[in-house]
Amino acid sequence: MSSNVLRFTTAGNVDDGKSTLIGRLLVETQGAFEDQIEGAKRENERRGGKGIDFSLLTDGLKAEREQGITIDVAYRYFATPNRKFIIADAPGHEQYTRNLVTSASNSDLAVILIDARNGMMTQSRRHTFIAHLLGIRHFVVAINKMDLVDFRRERYEEIKRDFTDFVARLGGAEVYCIPISALQGDHVTGPSDRMSWYTGPKMLELLESIQVDDAAHKLPFRFPVQVVSRPPASPEFPDFRGYMGRVASGSVKVGDRVLVLPSGARSTVTGIVTRDGRLDEAVARQSVTLTLADDLDISRGDVISVEDRPPVSRTDFKATLCWMNERKLRLNHRYVLRHTTKTVRAIINEIDYRLNVNTLERESPVTELQTNDIGQVRIKTLQPVVCDLYKLNRHTGGFILIDENNDTVAAGMIQE
Amino acid sequence: MNQDWTHLRELESESIYILRETVAQFRNPVLLYSIGKDSSVLVHLARKAFYPGPLPFPFLHVDTGYKFKEMIEFRDRFCKEIGARLIVHRNEDAIAAGAHPLKLGVARCCGQLKTAALLHALDKYQFDAAIGGARREEERSRAKERVFSLRDAFGQWDPRRQRPELWSLYSGAINEGETMRVFPLSNWTERDIWQYIVQENIPVVPLYYAQERLVVRRNGTLIPADDAIHLKDGEVPEKMWVRFRTLGCAPCTGAVESRAKTLEEIAEETGSAKISERSTRIIDHGANTMEDKKREGYF
Repeated sequence: MSSNVLRFTTAGNVDDGKSTLIGRLLVETQGAFEDQIEGAKRENERRGGKGIDFSLLTDGLKAEREQGITIDVAYRYFATPNRKFIIADAPGHEQYTRNLVTSASNSDLAVILIDARNGMMTQSRRHTFIAHLLGIRHFVVAINKMDLVDFRRERYEEIKRDFTDFVARLGGAEVYCIPISALQGDHVTGPSDRMSWYTGPKMLELLESIQVDDAAHKLPFRFPVQVVSRPPASPEFPDFRGYMGRVASGSVKVGDRVLVLPSGARSTVTGIVTRDGRLDEAVARQSVTLTLADDLDISRGDVISVEDRPPVSRTDFKATLCWMNERKLRLNHRYVLRHTTKTVRAIINEIDYRLNVNTLERESPVTELQTNDIGQVRIKTLQPVVCDLYKLNRHTGGFILIDENNDTVAAGMIQE
Repeated sequence: MNQDWTHLRELESESIYILRETVAQFRNPVLLYSIGKDSSVLVHLARKAFYPGPLPFPFLHVDTGYKFKEMIEFRDRFCKEIGARLIVHRNEDAIAAGAHPLKLGVARCCGQLKTAALLHALDKYQFDAAIGGARREEERSRAKERVFSLRDAFGQWDPRRQRPELWSLYSGAINEGETMRVFPLSNWTERDIWQYIVQENIPVVPLYYAQERLVVRRNGTLIPADDAIHLKDGEVPEKMWVRFRTLGCAPCTGAVESRAKTLEEIAEETGSAKISERSTRIIDHGANTMEDKKREGYF
């Protein structure tokens, strides 16, 4: 069945019309209200503009509106009778890599805006590369401003070919291209009589129908323990011991044999407890409490998993890092690594290379990574990390690094 | 996948995960209970999150003294019924000095009765995390809010100091004196809230249901008028069918015209609303915006 929530990120250059597209989607699906639209109109007129500037609907902070820039990832919501949509809107310029990495980490699909006049630019490639790196395998390419290229089909086909070729080089993904005019509304939620040569779905139809089918459901069962529940005795629960958490991937049934890592202990699931009653099965993304047949020593950060195809328990690994802080990476410096519900001490021993996100070339040797740099590093941890490779499982393959100032300085993906 | 895995189940599971992370990562969390519909949903989720155990944190209500009497009645009955530990905190000095929006202006009144009171309570009880029902959809400065939102030692919010939040990794790492605001309902919209209230049959304050009430029209807003102290000279109350979309202090909360008398009718009305819910909150109007208030330490 289809997922009822679609989380997607939007990327594009400042002038590609991203805000206009999002603004239009919000207005036409009633994700924006009349008083907000009026507010955006008044603000635009105060600044000497005319009519509605959709970007004023989506720019959140006063500092941003005053300077006409976007600082941070903004979240937007709209819904149709069939689906709820969560947009993680990443700004197109300042801090682009860091923001796009953040917004892509929680998205199943990316909408890439391309100005039909310019075609695939360095920035389009960079955005697509980063989204792909973070595990996004569905791309909706909005080939925008078709009105400025006389709605020519050849232009659309050319850009479509460039994009498809580029994604094939990255390792493949589903690509859907739509010729639109966000400003005039062609193919956003309504039809376009000026591009009758295009017979595919409109933007909103596509977003409603794409099956991202969250791969998490097909993966082996993983359950990072959040909290061990030992409530005071009650008649119904005289001696309760349960493991609270959210199923990271796969599913589990009462009676399943499970493996607990890193200890390696084995047991059987005796109950899936919720306040709405006991369940026979828990599926990916579901928050539940599990009880096991044996009294094991399990604490926060341990992972309950299927017996066959278990995750691995590692104290050293290679990872792709995106550096996010103004203080640059320090080799052999102690960081805190947070992965699933586990927190461990970690050091970075070595930087293998830095990725040039524009040319996709690997640069080495390098001695440092700074804000918005992406590179491959080797990490050693003090305690074991129970993980999967990021390419196999985003939920158990991603981590963050925290420094002694308690700032989150990097996002990492376990590679090998 | 489970056939009934609806968007509400997805949101519910995410919120429960966030509530459990808060309890796992903080020494002394508190739930900011404002009595409104979002608080009702938040409490419902917290009870699910820690079942079969008891709620692992107390509730804090920052009372300005201007809350509707139906709200206070509901609060006391509801908290008793579910066995919650309720802390009510008021800025008694400001209340004794007669703080009122008509006298001080809305911004200064809120600053004293809400922001100062909240910061004082967090400090008095040494809470390190305050769980609130704010949603990103509500107001545009909230659209960039983190789930774990850092406040400095003065309770202030600095948008530039917020940490990136990736996957479902929420970092509760804080320095001495800093606190965290936690927003488990970040991804919920007003529509989701009402659909969930209907689905789960969650009790809410009767003010959300439409009935005939005395109101006055002030700057296009319908202000409740059962208490003469909130009236300006020359204002004449009239009887109208209204309900409240959001609940705050009586003198600063506008009603909307409505005939929605059941939860289903409210959910239906919300689904087709053309005006945003916060348009009835006077706090969001004027020069001192929600963004300014957040910077000062407002919820």
